[in-house]
Amino acid sequence: MAGTKTTTGAPTDVTQKHNQGGIGESTLRPDGTLKVTGEFAYSSDMWHEDMLWGQTLRSTVAHAEIVSIDTSEALAMAGVYAVLTYDDLPAEMKNYGLEIQDTPVLAHGKVRHHGEPVALVAADHPETARRAAAKIKIEYRELPVITDEASALAEDAVLVHEGRDDEYIEWVSHPNIVHNQPIIRGNAEEAAKKADFVVKGEYTFGMQDQAFLGPESGLAVPAEDGGVDLYVATQWLHSDLEQIAPVLGLPEEKVRMTLSGVGGAFGGREDISMQIHACLLALRTGKPVKIVYNRFESFFGHVHRHPAKLYYEHGATKDGKLTHMKCRIVLDGGAYASASPAVVGNASSLSAGPYVIDDVDIEAVALYTNNPPCGAMRGFGAVQACFAYEAQMDKLADEVGMDRVEFRQLNAMEQGTIMPTGQPVDSPAPVAEILRRVKARPLPPERQWEVADGDADVRELPGGLSNTTHGEGVVRGVGYAVGIKNVGFSEGFDDYSTAKVRMEVINGEPVATVHTAMAEVGQGGITVHAQIARTELGVQQVTIHPADTQVGSAGSTSASRQTYVTGGAVKNSCELVREKVLEIGRRKYGSYHPAWATAELLLEGGKVVTDGGEALADLAELLEGETVEIEAEWRHRPTVAFDKRTGQGNGHVQYSFAAHRAVVEVDTELGLVKVIELATAQDVGKALNPLSVVGQIQGGTTQGLGVAVMEEIVVDPKTAKVRNPSFTDYLIPTILDTPTIPVDVLELADPNAPYGLRGMGEAPTLSSTPAVLAAIRNATGLELNKTPVRPEHLTGT
Amino acid sequence: MRVNFTVNGRQQEADDVWEGESLLYVLRERMGLPGSKNACEQGECGSCTVRLDGVPVCSCLVAAGQAEGREVVTVEGLAGFAKQRAEHGGCASGACGSEGGTSLQAAQQWSAKGTDSQTGEGTELSPVQQAFIDAGAVQCGFCTPGLLVAADELLERNESPSDADIREALSGNLCRCTGYEKILDAVRLAAARQGEAV
Amino acid sequence: MDFLRPASWEEALAAKAEHPTAVPIAGGTDVMVEINFDHRRPEYLLDLNRISELQDWHVGEETVQLGASVPYTKIMENLRTELPGLALASHTVASPQIRNRGGVGGNLGTASPAGDAHPALLAADCEVEVESQARGSRLIPIDAFYTGVKRNALEADELIKSVHIKKADGPQQYSKVGTRNAMVIAVCAFGIALHPETRTVRTGIGSAAPTPIRAKAAEEFLNSALEEGGFWDNGKIITPSIAKQFAELCSGAANPIDDVRGTASYRKHAVGIMARRTLGWTWESYRSGKGRGAEGVA
Repeated sequence: MAGTKTTTGAPTDVTQKHNQGGIGESTLRPDGTLKVTGEFAYSSDMWHEDMLWGQTLRSTVAHAEIVSIDTSEALAMAGVYAVLTYDDLPAEMKNYGLEIQDTPVLAHGKVRHHGEPVALVAADHPETARRAAAKIKIEYRELPVITDEASALAEDAVLVHEGRDDEYIEWVSHPNIVHNQPIIRGNAEEAAKKADFVVKGEYTFGMQDQAFLGPESGLAVPAEDGGVDLYVATQWLHSDLEQIAPVLGLPEEKVRMTLSGVGGAFGGREDISMQIHACLLALRTGKPVKIVYNRFESFFGHVHRHPAKLYYEHGATKDGKLTHMKCRIVLDGGAYASASPAVVGNASSLSAGPYVIDDVDIEAVALYTNNPPCGAMRGFGAVQACFAYEAQMDKLADEVGMDRVEFRQLNAMEQGTIMPTGQPVDSPAPVAEILRRVKARPLPPERQWEVADGDADVRELPGGLSNTTHGEGVVRGVGYAVGIKNVGFSEGFDDYSTAKVRMEVINGEPVATVHTAMAEVGQGGITVHAQIARTELGVQQVTIHPADTQVGSAGSTSASRQTYVTGGAVKNSCELVREKVLEIGRRKYGSYHPAWATAELLLEGGKVVTDGGEALADLAELLEGETVEIEAEWRHRPTVAFDKRTGQGNGHVQYSFAAHRAVVEVDTELGLVKVIELATAQDVGKALNPLSVVGQIQGGTTQGLGVAVMEEIVVDPKTAKVRNPSFTDYLIPTILDTPTIPVDVLELADPNAPYGLRGMGEAPTLSSTPAVLAAIRNATGLELNKTPVRPEHLTGT
Repeated sequence: MRVNFTVNGRQQEADDVWEGESLLYVLRERMGLPGSKNACEQGECGSCTVRLDGVPVCSCLVAAGQAEGREVVTVEGLAGFAKQRAEHGGCASGACGSEGGTSLQAAQQWSAKGTDSQTGEGTELSPVQQAFIDAGAVQCGFCTPGLLVAADELLERNESPSDADIREALSGNLCRCTGYEKILDAVRLAAARQGEAV
Repeated sequence: MDFLRPASWEEALAAKAEHPTAVPIAGGTDVMVEINFDHRRPEYLLDLNRISELQDWHVGEETVQLGASVPYTKIMENLRTELPGLALASHTVASPQIRNRGGVGGNLGTASPAGDAHPALLAADCEVEVESQARGSRLIPIDAFYTGVKRNALEADELIKSVHIKKADGPQQYSKVGTRNAMVIAVCAFGIALHPETRTVRTGIGSAAPTPIRAKAAEEFLNSALEEGGFWDNGKIITPSIAKQFAELCSGAANPIDDVRGTASYRKHAVGIMARRTLGWTWESYRSGKGRGAEGVA
């Protein structure tokens, strides 16, 4: 073991020196080399010489009163340093939560879902900790489980949370509803009379898991001042901090958080997982404590995508114009609120899709049940709606007798369209164009699986290596879908970010340092920050400081917002630094050249230049002995809350659009699917890093494919217990399940956004799923109103 | 128990190993080599892939005691392994990694050696490592070490794999970020560069 | 927990005799997952990796003697001609990494109905060679090997040494349904082997009953239908009605359950489809004289 008592794996500055570009270039990741050499330290790689291992004991039942907990045997074990239960919580605050503080740090009197944390152990080896946890005796008295809308809203339903006093309770019709959001615009009832065709549908969306590969993990190190240093993988350091500090009974400045390497997130790290637990154990034992979930525990350690029931009615005239839409979206929020209120806001406000529909009657609700808690996942409420409204579009187009893509194009929104919320879409909305582009692509050749001698390469066929067909029963299908996603936090949230930018001369070279609290979760935000600094400050060398809470909040790495908001903050701080640099230049050299006073000055190629390109000074010289540093907050334009009764209000910042064309081959006898191609087109406003943009689109598309054909957390409706918490039975696509994904990127600038960019990480996850479903329907002729599609659904068995 | 084996060409010893520990745990927690990743610990993701006597395996499914006396190559040693292979001809067994190697201390305080100690810019990389960076195949990077070990081994035995060959060879390595397209690009790129170099 | 590291087969048998609760570990595919996920804490782990004869195979006149630890990858690469069904089954096992370490001994030891090798072993016909220090070795016919859900005919002091598998005398096929195109546990699986020398057909079904099973009624039906129609000699295409009946009988042999991987009714359905298709592939291969195996299929 290394002989120091320092923490190993703590992040350090990352500096890019060579051959890297500014915005618009496919600059390579500054952490790329670290990641390919195995040196990049993820949160589970943190290590400290005398650290202990934390273990969480979780409930084995979904809904029960806790009659007793006996920790004595566990405490008596050699190597065990602490065993904590609810009674050991040090502060008055014992709950946490993103929007409603309804989640107990450790269960108190009751457990509300399978896998809820009940007790904690710290020991000198993970196996000792596991054995000790197994010796904790908990007596449960089981309660009936609430698992769906009927059981949640039944007259005699047990309340999942009694005595609610949150801000949403006064607007809901039943305490087992977390939040509801109606949106009424025009008169759907009247407008329906103009419809020549009406299509109704009922759709079911399964519970999807983020399945990030890096399990929840981190290291808490107790500090001499009574505080704690926490290294953790999260999506929003400051939001964690606000929830952690009160439970520890510490002021926020004594909980110093640093972002450790993050192995993917996709919404699953918006909520607290092991953060508080590790801090509690570290503070209790006075020793560093590491917690690393294994994959089994990870399925209980974070919230999932809300499963949903969606009831839709659309009407159209015989010439194909949409007349009206009515829908009701029921999201299962599970046992704790997490992000459910905001997911409801998104599901309702985006439920009409990227279409012009003047008369709508919408309601979205999220339930409290005893199912696993659900919250943020890429696409956040818009995914479930898109699955349903796109199925409706196909059905309606068929009723009208129009081509499915042309029908969508005829009704596609564009700049100026009014959303169901009354908010005008005030920047480009190329919905018809992205559909045109995916449709115009040549289709992939048929029977690509044929090889010489009439044999088949099974790797190219449904079933793959499992050798289930050599072409028998295989039918091709093609399907289209398009979706709309909001960008940024909506409904009046103060969605700001903070960036600290420093400029100085090191070894004779001007260097910019960017320090934000933005969680780099793999998306490439730090790459873009360095690009922005180069573009704005004319330097080559940029250092990215580790993300921590020593700088102001960057907001969450979610809602497709970081390039927009923290990118915007970095740009803004760079501009402020530039002004300071120019001030220094004017002070030092102003008298030597009139341009210092008159011309528009830029920083380019390590020099101060005029807009005509004349160099006025070397930055290295200008900044000799000077350090310019500015930390500033930056905000996008404000939004407002949706009206609680009508849903009206300019609630969103920006919209993002993507379209997909899926080509599938279905073994119609065995019900197995091979996706052959998933072509996509998306407007990103401005691709700050085209390579990363394409990577995001392909990754998001594949997550949509997963929930179309294989991904679902299966919860037993009788017990509310999770049946498949493992990568053996929760399947995500392998490289053999993932097709070629051609990407068409449009850049239509949004004048309101930095560089005209459009948040783009989530939109591809929306339309991918319904496109695949549409293609499977096209191949099989089946209605398929549930996702994921299972072989049983395709074979009627 | 005590376990001895060779990692990246260097003899290593671990004491007080609990008999149920995996090779993955010993590498990560006892030998200061956390490059092999702990994503599922059930052989369903490939993130912990290492070469065991030259053969790609999930280190989470190897009991630490089973590694006794054997040769392990991890992502931390991949560049050196590939370099030796290039210099000494295609050696597919871990045994060829036994010359040279790094000291125990060096392995525990492993650091990319380059012109820049922080990003490792200028670090000597294997062709497949460089290709992953250049092709944009790395996002969160958690799957990357396992994919690199698997892809390197593929290119060792098949210098111009078809797309279907690449997909089959990497079908035991899950990635949740990239949608795999850039990973295919990276392996194609590494194969092409390897072809040019010959 | 103790970790036993016998250096030879004899030492392994001695260790197993001394510690009958010892859990043998070779490829680690099942055992390590159980340990990593805290599902199992055996008193002793008995490592078989150092026993070289378990990694060997011998191709004899009639049979292949396949060491219990021969990795699936090696079976795919080296025994495609002699054991085409098992080679195909091996190719569907988990991932390349696991195929590099796992062997049939693990499948037989765990005796899970979902083990990929079982249907191929049942169809090919084989005997499992097991040995104890006290009583020496014995051969257990594969038909008598699986005794219950995750139970087999092994005594507590016995270890699996090898499998004596009949060399293919005709085409063999193997199919497995999973809800992913790679790295997936079987929802159900089907193996078939034509044995022209004895003019019989054997089958194996996985994940569709408490144990791996043969569809004996289907085999009997097909054996007599092929005999009556002179198919073995005239090499005619099997009539759709015979294929259909065979498929239905295979489906009927299945006695599956509903679980998180699939429903019972789907499993019965899928077994029928796989039976019909694999019969078609093997028969086509037989009548076109394309050889014994399943060449041409990747």
